[in-house]
Amino acid sequence: MSLRSDHPALPRIREVVEEFSLFDDWTGRYEHLIEQARSLRPLDERHRVEANRVHGCQSQVWLVARVESGRVRFEADSDALITRGLVALLVRVFDGLEPADIAEADTDWMAEIGMQDHLSTTRKNGLDAMVRRLRTLAAASERGNPSNLPT
Amino acid sequence: MKDRPHVAPFDPERLRAEFPALGIEVHGKPLVYLDNAATTQKPRAVLDRIVRYYEQENANVHRGVHALSQIATEAYEGARARIASFLGASGPDEIVFTRGTTESINLVAHGFARSVLGPGDEIVITHLEHHSNIVPWQLAAEATGAVVRVVPIDEDGTVDFDAYLDLLGSRTRIVSVSHVSNSLGTVNPVERFVRAAHEHGIPVLVDGAQAVAHAPVDVRALDVDYYCLSGHKMFGPTGIGALYGKAEALDRLPPWQGGGDMIASVSFAGTTYAAPPLRFEAGTPHIEGAVGLAAAIDFLGAVDRDAAAAHEAELVRYAHERLASIPGIRFIGTSPHKTAVVSFLVGSLHPYDVGTLVDRFGVAVRTGHHCTEPVMARYGIPGTVRASFALYNTKADVDALVEAVDRARRLLS
Repeated sequence: MSLRSDHPALPRIREVVEEFSLFDDWTGRYEHLIEQARSLRPLDERHRVEANRVHGCQSQVWLVARVESGRVRFEADSDALITRGLVALLVRVFDGLEPADIAEADTDWMAEIGMQDHLSTTRKNGLDAMVRRLRTLAAASERGNPSNLPT
Repeated sequence: MKDRPHVAPFDPERLRAEFPALGIEVHGKPLVYLDNAATTQKPRAVLDRIVRYYEQENANVHRGVHALSQIATEAYEGARARIASFLGASGPDEIVFTRGTTESINLVAHGFARSVLGPGDEIVITHLEHHSNIVPWQLAAEATGAVVRVVPIDEDGTVDFDAYLDLLGSRTRIVSVSHVSNSLGTVNPVERFVRAAHEHGIPVLVDGAQAVAHAPVDVRALDVDYYCLSGHKMFGPTGIGALYGKAEALDRLPPWQGGGDMIASVSFAGTTYAAPPLRFEAGTPHIEGAVGLAAAIDFLGAVDRDAAAAHEAELVRYAHERLASIPGIRFIGTSPHKTAVVSFLVGSLHPYDVGTLVDRFGVAVRTGHHCTEPVMARYGIPGTVRASFALYNTKADVDALVEAVDRARRLLS
């Protein structure tokens, strides 16, 4: 399943795909992913708690959401750099959209930037779990009841 | 009976050629396979044996009078005999086929829960056990009110033997220890564990999953009551393993799964059960797995095991020496008695990051807690990168590992 052609995340995805296409080998793409990880604002220590953990990843991942003027703002972090790069891309692509659009979020585009390994069955759980969490938090915020609003 | 195979001079390069999977490429690079503690690759002889079984011998066992069923039964029971002699058991009746070490331990733990354990009884395990030698005992303890007692380990990953002696007492009903730690490589002095337990009349189970591919095991010399192994960690197929039990140790266990083949007679008034080992083998067994495992044992029988063990010890020494040149390297598990496993961290880098990039360079290692979360908690780490060796690995594999780890480190720093 891919995103519908007028999905607001698509221009951002195109931008990400274009960036990664500048590298013709995997080391360049991973270096760029690691740069994404380094530019992600670290999640405040108080949010790095069990309630915000995304399970199903080999490393620890935390994801929090809050609503601002009807749009869902995400913050995320991981203790592993590569995973942190992947969540940074998810945040970059889906942060600030409306809950209904986040409900359609997917990870198919990760294959287009050479990260298909992370979509393989053993690791898919991790990335899938992150996107499921995005959707769950967005749905909760739509009901005016985000499950883990930062306080 | 098969003739005793000719034992050729040990030559890892020649052995490698017998493993088709070692010739493949991953990410466009020749595979360097260093995840043997998770599972070993399979020699051509094992693959051929499984195909031959299905092409020429396939029938259900223990059932038919027809010729093919008798051939299948002979192959299956012949495999049991082969495992018995491989382990030095008194006879094939002391070998129960299982799905692997995990099922073997569950079988014994279930039996103890049903027939031995009661409130306040104690089960002694060590801190370096695989989850499969922890959780079955926790389940048994939950069901019976028994308590799991844990022998601590030292900083280098050696089990504290004095603490073990202190834990043995009048309430101890069983000791269950691994022969070799899967995450640290520590070799436990199993014979000393057994001798001390037997002085108190306590039976001992040994988890041999990580031992049998690396050194000859003689269950009677060790005097263990139960010994567990997995076929796939010793060049055999997945889904097949064995539980060795002394005749009286198996006889003590009640049935655990009901079905065909495990009964003496069935009626609605009451059913009587077969004697071990069939008592524990309900349903049609993993016949092709059993004959494949027997072929793996024949493969090992043609190897100079002492030379193979010396070769693996040299690989571990060489890996430690070469990896030590990488800035920030930290070895987890440095017991003087270890085999085939090198577990490490690189500076503050997450093992998942290192493992992911090392894989891209064509080197297969395992990352994570290796199903030994208590060991990781003991060292206060999220996991390790683990390279684990088999007799077909070479120093060139170690060189590839070191180069891959160092390149990963540079990418991540």
